[in-house]
Amino acid sequence: MASRLTKFGNDLYTGARSFDFVGKRKIWYAIAAVMIIASILIPVIKGGFNFSIEFRGGSQFQITNVDNTDTAKAQDALSSIVPRAVAHTTVVNGDGVRVQTDQLSEEQTRQVAAALAKAYEVPSTEVASTFIGPSWGADVTQQSIQGIVVFLLLAFIAMALYFRTWKMSAAAIVSLFHDLIITAGIYALVGFEVSPATMIGFLTILGYSLYDTVVVFDKVRENTKEEMELSRRTFGESVNLAVNQTLVRSINTAVVAVLPVASILFIGAFALGADTLRDISLALLIGIVVGTYSTIFLAAPMYSQFREGEAAVKKHDAKVLAIRPKAAKADSVAVAAE
Amino acid sequence: MAKSTPVKKAWRSLSWLGAIVIVLLGALTAGVIWSNATWLPKLALDLQGGTQIILAPQVENGQTVQQQQLDQAVSIIRQRIDASGVSEAEISTEGSKNIVVSIPGTPDQQTLDRIKASAKLDFRPVLLAGGPTNEVVGADGKSTPAPTPAPGLQSTPSTKPTNGSDLAWITPALQAKFDAFSCASDAAKSTGVAPADKPLITCDDGGTVKYLLGPVEVKGQDIKDATSGLTSSSSGVTTGQWGVNIIFNDEGTKSFATVTTRLNGLKGAQNQFAIVLDGKVISAPTTNAVITDGKPQITGNFTQDTAKTLADQLKFGALPFSFQVQSQDTISATLGSSQLLSGLIAGLIGLILVAIYTLFQYRLLGFVTIISLIVAAALTYLSIALLSWHYGYRLSLAGVAGLIVAIGFTADSFIVYFERIRDELRDGRGLESAVEAGWKRAQRTIYASKATNLLAAIVLYVLAAANVRGFAFTLGLTTIIDVLVVLLFTHPVLQLLAKTKFFNSGNAWSGLDPQALGAVYRGAAQFRKPTAVSAGKAATAGKEAARRQTIAERKAAELASASASSDSKTGGKDS
Repeated sequence: MASRLTKFGNDLYTGARSFDFVGKRKIWYAIAAVMIIASILIPVIKGGFNFSIEFRGGSQFQITNVDNTDTAKAQDALSSIVPRAVAHTTVVNGDGVRVQTDQLSEEQTRQVAAALAKAYEVPSTEVASTFIGPSWGADVTQQSIQGIVVFLLLAFIAMALYFRTWKMSAAAIVSLFHDLIITAGIYALVGFEVSPATMIGFLTILGYSLYDTVVVFDKVRENTKEEMELSRRTFGESVNLAVNQTLVRSINTAVVAVLPVASILFIGAFALGADTLRDISLALLIGIVVGTYSTIFLAAPMYSQFREGEAAVKKHDAKVLAIRPKAAKADSVAVAAE
Repeated sequence: MAKSTPVKKAWRSLSWLGAIVIVLLGALTAGVIWSNATWLPKLALDLQGGTQIILAPQVENGQTVQQQQLDQAVSIIRQRIDASGVSEAEISTEGSKNIVVSIPGTPDQQTLDRIKASAKLDFRPVLLAGGPTNEVVGADGKSTPAPTPAPGLQSTPSTKPTNGSDLAWITPALQAKFDAFSCASDAAKSTGVAPADKPLITCDDGGTVKYLLGPVEVKGQDIKDATSGLTSSSSGVTTGQWGVNIIFNDEGTKSFATVTTRLNGLKGAQNQFAIVLDGKVISAPTTNAVITDGKPQITGNFTQDTAKTLADQLKFGALPFSFQVQSQDTISATLGSSQLLSGLIAGLIGLILVAIYTLFQYRLLGFVTIISLIVAAALTYLSIALLSWHYGYRLSLAGVAGLIVAIGFTADSFIVYFERIRDELRDGRGLESAVEAGWKRAQRTIYASKATNLLAAIVLYVLAAANVRGFAFTLGLTTIIDVLVVLLFTHPVLQLLAKTKFFNSGNAWSGLDPQALGAVYRGAAQFRKPTAVSAGKAATAGKEAARRQTIAERKAAELASASASSDSKTGGKDS
């Protein structure tokens, strides 16, 4: 009666089935390198990120419950107040109109809002106006970067204390950068605007990526610490077993985390004005998938590699490998069964 | 004691949870009945519609704004808005530069102007005072407009002024400018930032008198407090007159003593000092005594209202800088509610999908996940409603996003825990001991990983901008609630379920069926021979299982393994 994933989990737990995450690390490193280079190239080729009005500065109007979404009306209304301003108008969700233009003065903003309400024959309460100075986005970005640096430092220290080795911190943080760069690259590829909500999504990925790594590393810690003396596995194999044993957890967690985020993305992509939801969820969706992937394919193999150079680990591995041929001979049936 | 310890512990944990829920619910109910709490959390303006203004302080050249000054500005703006009758406005600083003012609904223009208005309060000595017009009475007795000042007039004092009241400040150019100044037309234009060390030409706020004022002598921020009240004579009998009492801080006391010492000896307009707010004179009292204790009293033709107004202006008006609107964002109520609806629908769909998936993955155990999520949701709702009542927390769209994302994070705690229990079952433990052992291991992982999450939330909350904060806050809150729920609900419930026959017998639908989980060791001294696993692996797994057994189990296992060893070779490779 076991579901397929349960059975899969059993095999991964006992080692009957095992994916070689640690041993084949060169392949995963190569894939990561290619992905990172592509993620850096994508925005460059596409001519930079598509920054939202919050970063560019300007005025934005959103008109809701519009019967006739003729975009020419917006330009006319805008021109009647500010003759030389150019309106970038988009129709949102069938009955909404969004007008973006250069930065207007407060007085002009008020007048344009009134003119737009009149042009689209809606009460003035249906017109939302935003006026953003160009330095606002820069401020937010600067604060976010500050936040990232402080968080990384604190997380590095906290993890090093908890796991009693800075090597886990190092592996986790390297894979975190991998996640951020690739998320940025894919985000640029999709072409959504980079808004403050996107920044929030990014900052959350920081948390999620490390969170996921900590869960898997805790199992690695258990396996390598408790079983080191008795184990007939090399250090790398112990790490690999831990990753395999938590694989079902990783899959389940990723699915459960992705489901709500995907539903936000779905709703946000089609609903009017829920740009915040849309931007945040796209960044998160990519981040969760990439973050789960990188824990398994990057952080764990990297950690193993960091430790394999240590004298104690080397000695242990050598001992294990030395007794292995004898054991293999005695159990040749088992090897054939694989 | 009939009950075994885990069961007792479980009931104790559940009682704690019940107590927490009852306390939170009771506090909220009490708040709704006897205070101004609401059942629904308050919404930020991106969800309920409103206006958000981001103000950047404008200071005189070469100066920077201190964080303390910004904090002071926030409290001053808040007091002003509250005084103007707009309720539930929210004012905060953004970074160390800007002030964010959020007003629900659409405020009228007057309110907006009041918020944006620069408010620099200074005390300046009066040098000259005159009628509000630019008319001069000529030799023929007729009034004619004063000519516009000729550009060639001397504009620097010929002798260096020795103090603020020194008439040497009045250069011919300044005199001409003063003569040509009209309260009706010029005063409206000149409400900018005036240099503190230069004379200022301005009018009173009624536009009835124009003044030529000396440089700033006492700064408004040196006012500690200002109150209005009935004045009393020296014998303590009330005079029935309204007056304004000012209390200066140490610095203000010192400079005010200097000024009054000087002004008290002067005559006419020079005996007056002007209180200037936003470049307009709000009061120009004469000096009757030397005030050295820093507690002057202004008396005159005050009514109760005018005295209070002046006291408020003195108290709140002392913003050491003016503001420029950096961004103004008006969100219509329709847009706000449509965003909220989108968020709620997305959350509901997400929750349903998670429920389906966990039921599929964990069978009946999935219900434990779902109910745990519901408990977490209830706690989150209560906390947010209480925080919104007590600390004015407002749920923003970013906050809603944080809550939806939290579904995944919260469910992960259960997944980590369940997987650990399953691992223990696979190792051959009985359900009850698997629950305890799995919990022991899962607990560590959950605490460590949740600490990472909490760290991220705290750092974001402290360092990031306003709309990031809403998100960080819900993320942090749900992380804490998540740990509470797993500790006080999910684990105790599993402890109790482990006692039931349905789960303990390993029913296929329980999600904890040892057989389905490929357990190596089952029941007392009874090994089930693994089929799908090679002999070598079985031995390895068996050894692992043996290491984790209790003493009783181990003894039983040793007995059993003596007979089982014939068909299970030891040694082998495991990868």
